[in-house]
Amino acid sequence: MAEVQLTNVSKRFGKDIALDDVSMTIPDGAFVVLLGPTGAGKTTTLRIVSGLETDHEGDVQIGGRSMRGLTPAQRDVAMVFQQYSLYPHLTVRDNLAFPLRSPILKTPKDEVEAKVRQVAETLQIAHKLDNKATALSGGEMQRVSIGRALVREPSVYLMDEPLSSLDAKLRADLRVELKRIQAERGATLLYVTHDQVEAMTMATHVGVLDHGRLVQFGPPREIYENPVSLYAAARLGQPRINLLPADLFGQAPAGAKTIGLRPEQIVQGEGEAAQVRRVERLGDQTRLHLHLKGHEIVTVTDAHTTLTGGETLPIRPERPFWFDDRGDRIS
Amino acid sequence: MARIEIRDLRKEFGDFTAVQSSSFTIEDGEFFMLLGPSGCGKTTTLRMIAGLELPTSGEITIDGEDVAQRPASQRDIAFVFQMFALYPHMNARKNIAYPLVSQRMPKAQVKAKVDEVARILGIEDILDRPVGGLSGGDRQRVALGRAIVREPKAFMMDEPLGALDAEFRERMAEELRALHDRMGATTVYVTHDQLEAMQMGDKIVVMNHGVVEQFGVPQDIYDWPATRFVADFIGSPPMNVLEFEGRAEPGTTQVDLGDATVAMPALRDGASGRLGLGVRPEHVVPDDAMPYRGTVTATEYLGTTQIVSFDTAHGPVKARIAADQPARVGDKTGLRFDARTLTLFGQDGRALLSEANEKVLAHG
Repeated sequence: MAEVQLTNVSKRFGKDIALDDVSMTIPDGAFVVLLGPTGAGKTTTLRIVSGLETDHEGDVQIGGRSMRGLTPAQRDVAMVFQQYSLYPHLTVRDNLAFPLRSPILKTPKDEVEAKVRQVAETLQIAHKLDNKATALSGGEMQRVSIGRALVREPSVYLMDEPLSSLDAKLRADLRVELKRIQAERGATLLYVTHDQVEAMTMATHVGVLDHGRLVQFGPPREIYENPVSLYAAARLGQPRINLLPADLFGQAPAGAKTIGLRPEQIVQGEGEAAQVRRVERLGDQTRLHLHLKGHEIVTVTDAHTTLTGGETLPIRPERPFWFDDRGDRIS
Repeated sequence: MARIEIRDLRKEFGDFTAVQSSSFTIEDGEFFMLLGPSGCGKTTTLRMIAGLELPTSGEITIDGEDVAQRPASQRDIAFVFQMFALYPHMNARKNIAYPLVSQRMPKAQVKAKVDEVARILGIEDILDRPVGGLSGGDRQRVALGRAIVREPKAFMMDEPLGALDAEFRERMAEELRALHDRMGATTVYVTHDQLEAMQMGDKIVVMNHGVVEQFGVPQDIYDWPATRFVADFIGSPPMNVLEFEGRAEPGTTQVDLGDATVAMPALRDGASGRLGLGVRPEHVVPDDAMPYRGTVTATEYLGTTQIVSFDTAHGPVKARIAADQPARVGDKTGLRFDARTLTLFGQDGRALLSEANEKVLAHG
């Protein structure tokens, strides 16, 4: 496995700036998740590292070697796309074995079989090995396309929303599995998603992209607990962070325009009187939709709260985040 | 507006039974969820309530009137589909007005109604735009507008948010629920997303293989699942079920897993054979003093909390604990289960009655 380094990478599509001077080091063995809404530059970054996109400024190095001028095949990367692309005339087994049978690798037959079986079991498709790829459900096809990347041991795995087409249970299983495989192999993995749960649970590092700029890069815990901006703060956390006028609870630090409150930064039972608008029972916790001086605030409370809606609940901030008028964190 | 009663409802398609024998009641003004995996019969049930499918047998009454064998047009119900089918050549206003125009309502009245609906949905500014150029959310709002404009007795919605991406979906879900709270119209809503069901529903019916597994308010279903299917389908991560061979007598307040005994609410029923002890992840607490042991196999950070997976003698167990509690892969520890919250499942997959769940489950 290898370290991946991006240095001052920019990419334009006509007048649109897709990536704006991105520099980032993906350490050897790291699981890096790029997070951001549609159009933030996540997929473009992935395509530039893979070599599918070559017309860009700046440099990409994999394992200390510049990738300039190299084709995707020469870069020793394995890719998984959101849209699975399998060989429809081949069985699941042959689809999985295909990368191993390439003339460059010349993997021995029994080794191919053992690897295919192991990956198939991990991805819960071992019982479908002899099926034609076209006889699978969408979720199964996607697992095969993930498997086709995992049978190889490239310098880096590149994955573009590989779990987004799967149902919730399978997604939860595969999150754990992918993470385990990556950790066991010490694989370097660059992964694109807009699902914050995937980012939080799998990543060793999260890169937050905003309109082509890398605005924060660090462990998920750091981004959650110490966001650099309002934008970064809003990327992680469910329910989403509450962003309110700085003076809503009284005194605010100089220059503060916005106060940011995650549920754990809201103390219930003292402070300003908020109205309970709606009580949502999620099972393990209950979400409260509050109304305070014309603003909506969402927080969480105990699963078996006696609140039902219509009550008054005093709340106050506890160690909140403060942001200035540009959205940058000031404390 | 409408109280809907379903009694012994059954639907066969040739040899295939889509819905076995469903019975439940939708109270007037409820936001009611039909929840289950694909193929469980939830959409068929909805289509029967709407009159798009006629049942093989059984009763559907709307405000006391049996409508089971009546066509959709005589039921005064509005249907919102997953793929919002708008008339592409008309603008938003004409799409919303369509049901009224086809009822030959006078023009001035149509305009007043459309304007009112547009105000409720917050789409006044797009009324004169062609629907082809609208965003997914606005198209969905127009489709909703067309459904609510004729003030039907009830709304049927078949995964109306299924095609939207996660972030937007959550916003639309909140919007839909707020809209319902303002209008108070009985709504029956089909989804396969348990979180959506918990979040939006006043009541939930959980279906599997054409059978109603459980029916009740979300918190009761979450806390006291009637079957292992419900225990597994509701909650993320789902309820842990420790598999063991053993027996439990009525009145007992603990179960013997073979290598550890675990306290639980006093049982009303007894059972023996292949049993399962169910515990929700937030009721599992690492506690080194406890005899039931686990080894950490994975940790998943979620901000406020984390999910810690353990390998144990009776299968994998997940715990939801505070994010600042240390847990590392390979750590060995004891596990404490909150005794008041446990459910014991018999060999048939049904929950045994206990002092804790009998209020929820005894009525069937």
